[in-house]
Amino acid sequence: MLTCKDFLREISDYLDDTCDPTLRNDLQSHIKECPNCWVVFDTTKKTVNVYKGTEPQAVPETVQKRILAAIEKRQEAKKQAATGPPK
Amino acid sequence: METTEISVDIDDSILVERAQAGDYGAFNELVSRHDRKIYRLAKRIVESAEDAEDVLQDTFLKAFEHLDNFQGNSKFYTWLVRIAVNESLMKLRKRKTSRTVSLDEPAGNGEDPVVREIAVWDGDPEQRYSQEELRALLDGAIQELKPSFRTVFLLRDVEELSTEETASALNLSIPAVKSRLLRARLDLRERLTRLFKKKGDDLFAYL
Repeated sequence: MLTCKDFLREISDYLDDTCDPTLRNDLQSHIKECPNCWVVFDTTKKTVNVYKGTEPQAVPETVQKRILAAIEKRQEAKKQAATGPPK
Repeated sequence: METTEISVDIDDSILVERAQAGDYGAFNELVSRHDRKIYRLAKRIVESAEDAEDVLQDTFLKAFEHLDNFQGNSKFYTWLVRIAVNESLMKLRKRKTSRTVSLDEPAGNGEDPVVREIAVWDGDPEQRYSQEELRALLDGAIQELKPSFRTVFLLRDVEELSTEETASALNLSIPAVKSRLLRARLDLRERLTRLFKKKGDDLFAYL
């Protein structure tokens, strides 16, 4: 029989579905019987999902411009290196 | 090569090929496709918007400089994430000279992970909070984690790198990635449950 401690140790692999089938079955049986572990599993899954689901903030426009300008400078330098100095 | 119009359906790998052939517009499109996510990642690792801006710029400049070395064995985004993580950790090390930042530190003290908050969440946080509020709560929670834990969590669960890719990006063993991920997930779960639980609905703590 799996204990709650065993379940916690495996919770990450269980969430990623990377445990071997026997262990997965044991974990599944445990979670059906144990409301605490069910809640912990459910809230761990939600934790991962809420991080995954939140849209990233836009990069401030001034920063975006600065970056594109810095890249453009390198691009110009590269172009000149390829074609030789301007006449 | 002339810069051609770029549609949103074009795969990154095509844009990379074009950029490698000298189409700078294609490279700029790659920047605007990924800058938000890279900025978010950097900000969460370095804990400062200003430093994250520098990391963002350095990441894309490095990517541009080394574009010819990109072989296409991994996704372009994964490659970009690796550069951004290196730049972020360098920044963090430079800034926190008094506090050691090491990814090699042992993952906890070998004890079993502990769970204290056992309560269901009060509905869906995405419905309860605005994107802005939620982002602030999530950023706050993740800042509480040690850099070595939060970086693993960010790469695995937010950027969706595989365990192997994460291990290789951070020079960690696969068991080390797994053990940090487990602890980071449970730690964040604990913090978020404190924020999002149904009030008065705690189950008895166990373990």
